[in-house]
Amino acid sequence: MLNNQGRPTAAGEATGTAHPTFTGNQALQVEEALLFEIGRADCTGVDLDEPAPFSPRLGGLERKAPIGLVGLSEPETMRHFVRLSQKNYGIDTGLFPLGSCTMKHNPRLNEKMARLPGFSDIHPLQPQSTVQGALELIDQLAHWLMVLTGTSAVAMSPKAGAHGELAGMMAIKAAIDAKGEGAVRNVVLVPESAHGTNPATAALIGFVVKPVPARADGTVHVDDVTALLGPDVAAIMLTNPNTCGIFEPQIVEIAKAMHEAGAYFYCDGANFNAIVGKARPGDLGIDAMHINLHKTFSTPHGGGGPGAGPVVLSDRLARFAPLPFIRKDGSHYALVETPDQAGDVQAFGRVTAFHGQMGMYVRALSYMLSHGSDGMKQASEDAVLNANYIRAGLQDLMSLPFPDHPSMHEALFDDSWLKDTGVTTLDFAKAMIDEGYHPMTMYFPLVVHGAMLIEPTESESRASLDLFIMTLRDLAMRAKRGETERFSAAPYHAPRRRLDETRAARNPILRWTPPQPIQQAAE
Amino acid sequence: MRYLPLSDADRTAMLARIGVTDIDALFADIPADKLLKAPVDLPRRKGELEVERQLGRLAAKNVSASSVPFFVGAGAYKHHVPATVDHLIQRSEFLTSYTPYQPEIAQGTLQYLFEFQTQVALLTGMEVANASMYDGSTGTGEAVLMAHRVTKRRKAVLSGGLHPHYAEVVRTLSHMAGDTVVTAPASPLADEDLIARIDGETSCVVVQNPDVFGNIRDLRPIAAAAQAKGALLIAVFTEAVSLGLIESPGAMGADIVVGEGQSIGNALNFGGPYVGLFAAKQKYVRQMPGRLCGETVDAEGQRGFVLTLSTREQHIRRDKATSNICTNSGLCCLAFTIHMTLLGEAGLKRLARINHANAVKLADALAGVKGVSVLNKAFFNEFTLRVPGKAADVVEKLAGKGVLGGVPYSRLAPEAGLDDLILVASTEVNSDDDRAAFVAALKEVL
Repeated sequence: MLNNQGRPTAAGEATGTAHPTFTGNQALQVEEALLFEIGRADCTGVDLDEPAPFSPRLGGLERKAPIGLVGLSEPETMRHFVRLSQKNYGIDTGLFPLGSCTMKHNPRLNEKMARLPGFSDIHPLQPQSTVQGALELIDQLAHWLMVLTGTSAVAMSPKAGAHGELAGMMAIKAAIDAKGEGAVRNVVLVPESAHGTNPATAALIGFVVKPVPARADGTVHVDDVTALLGPDVAAIMLTNPNTCGIFEPQIVEIAKAMHEAGAYFYCDGANFNAIVGKARPGDLGIDAMHINLHKTFSTPHGGGGPGAGPVVLSDRLARFAPLPFIRKDGSHYALVETPDQAGDVQAFGRVTAFHGQMGMYVRALSYMLSHGSDGMKQASEDAVLNANYIRAGLQDLMSLPFPDHPSMHEALFDDSWLKDTGVTTLDFAKAMIDEGYHPMTMYFPLVVHGAMLIEPTESESRASLDLFIMTLRDLAMRAKRGETERFSAAPYHAPRRRLDETRAARNPILRWTPPQPIQQAAE
Repeated sequence: MRYLPLSDADRTAMLARIGVTDIDALFADIPADKLLKAPVDLPRRKGELEVERQLGRLAAKNVSASSVPFFVGAGAYKHHVPATVDHLIQRSEFLTSYTPYQPEIAQGTLQYLFEFQTQVALLTGMEVANASMYDGSTGTGEAVLMAHRVTKRRKAVLSGGLHPHYAEVVRTLSHMAGDTVVTAPASPLADEDLIARIDGETSCVVVQNPDVFGNIRDLRPIAAAAQAKGALLIAVFTEAVSLGLIESPGAMGADIVVGEGQSIGNALNFGGPYVGLFAAKQKYVRQMPGRLCGETVDAEGQRGFVLTLSTREQHIRRDKATSNICTNSGLCCLAFTIHMTLLGEAGLKRLARINHANAVKLADALAGVKGVSVLNKAFFNEFTLRVPGKAADVVEKLAGKGVLGGVPYSRLAPEAGLDDLILVASTEVNSDDDRAAFVAALKEVL
């Protein structure tokens, strides 16, 4: 068909791959060389004046050889990084159902607030009299976190979830040492479904990790915990809701059993977003729980960080918080930075320089103020509703390992429904990429074969969920019909085809190096 | 609520599709007596304007670095960050992406991580660098643990010039893990005898350069002495810009280099988020903590990047992992990489010379104030001022005069008994007027 200028209005039959381009680009998908292949040693995108001549005082330790860095002008820099950005999938691109990671909408108001000079342009060590507003903000955020969790103390400084785990487990160790039981209580119970950070954290500070079995319904039974308890047990690290997306029904009994045995309950709070405003972990009997501000409270994941991992503490642990912390004295906020200022608190030390992730605190508080107590409860309910809606839409085609419990904020499937199709969980995930979706979390938790953990979050509309469900149903039926080629070589339409991870690990190339001159044939 | 797309009609229809009538049916596993019946005791939702006003009021109570003559350093530095950096890191595809576990749709993140690792390796003079730690201090703690794994020893020796917060992070971690730490006394004149503290049990010596007092240290004799006893040298820096002018730690013999990257691309942010830089010799790569990005090819032979050597990491190795770190400082790495790209080698070196020149000018000006002396012979953009009386009081009085004039060392380490020292930093942001204001204010308050 032609329009009235004689131009065709539809594409011809040929596919893109039949017409490779000269550049290797495909319209908006532009190939981009490495910085070191396009930059120049003498190029700079920053205008700085050379200082007036002076006598350096570097003690004879000046750098003599070139560093090897390269630079780009400002327009080239913009183009380089914009092109790179276009090879990335973000929440703003589409549904990002990465279970356990909580890829919810990142409000831009929060970015704007974090960039107010009164927050972003203040130094952690300037006089406290000049940062009272910053300390007040941290104190307010701490208050919100304590109210939402039903706890009485919070250590704000941990830099991410795993760092919060570390601070919480250090508080537990300090409490045990204070009771004189340090030499005896060295075992930490961790279910096999736990995030890898749990056993890694416990081991990092010298605990011996013992697995706790889960029952066939995906939950931990108090009898199985009690059977492991003894004078050597320091704590249990339990995720709740757990990594199968189920609220642990016996959590109160488990907490009670731990306390009766003189041990502590560390709760991994990665999934706290399912129950904010619905239940308080403090009421359930936890002693410590980190909160991933970058999950539950929407601070951006930023391609892998930064996060923030404040850890709330029960009355039993509050005395063992790390430094620094804030003490309110009338209308004045004081930073307690050293043991001699700490008073009753037997601080176990310091987990980081300075006071933690202020930039993330501002974003999280901006999220909390925006939602309010009513909005946060609604967000939890919507997150759970959306996950169960997806589950209801897929459960006839895909297999649920734990059908007896409702899902919380994420729906877990296994790969038994793919048996004999020749399609793996990995293949299925890569085919989702071609459909314009980020894959769900795959092969985690480890207790489920070929796990597919889908967390839609509260940020998705019903129309978005419906299309996602229809897409996965279509893919599932194709897999069952034997259309394996669609899966085994997927993705076809991403900026790269499937990448060879084995090769990367066998011969690690971890940085750019200049190309070697080609040897003369005669040599 | 503006962030929640579902309508009440949607919710009702969706519950029906699921086969329940009430949302709380989905929360049935929560013990009934623990399920909250009403919203918790916190304020209700607010519109954007109200949130802006409320947070704006808190922000307005703080004195921002750009609003006054500003000379505070000691581990975090006020530098000018080009507008391009903050614009680019806010692109949705960077800001709202996750750790690049699906590399086919995360080549943007992975390629900049590869560029970041290359920049860090070059700057530090090391063979390999990882994709970042939380910050310099936690990176230092991890470096000590790594040295223990490499040497199969468990005693660290810390220089008295190591930032007291960093030393405290190392001691806290080591104490919990049952390892030994020997900390040399604070040495404002950099005249400590670290070599005498190294013995056959020592796994590593941790030396900061420039040290917390601003002194530039020659790491070569310490590296040689450590390595002669089978120990590693961990070189630490808190001011990344210094690497533009000072000999690299790698060239001076360091085995592991760890530092704070905040200075390049990242705002002060009251202490975080920052970005820990971590580099080492190639032979130790399998003992490194944190993520590593590596080059590979895709099914069509095209170059691409993936996270690699993951068998070191917690999600694979669990309690045998080299670290528990998962989330790191992704977006802060990006800010670092973009700023470093804009600077390039020429720009970084010039920026470093400006910093040094400004610090020299300031040191000379302050040394002219009666009763005040500068302790350092060699320094980069930070030095130590000895003042009559208590440094903390002087700094507070300077703040009263509208000058943020540095950090009293006693704030970092009250137990050291060094109550008359101020750590003073000067970067490219300081003008002649700033320096004159500092000198005038100091004369007034002394």
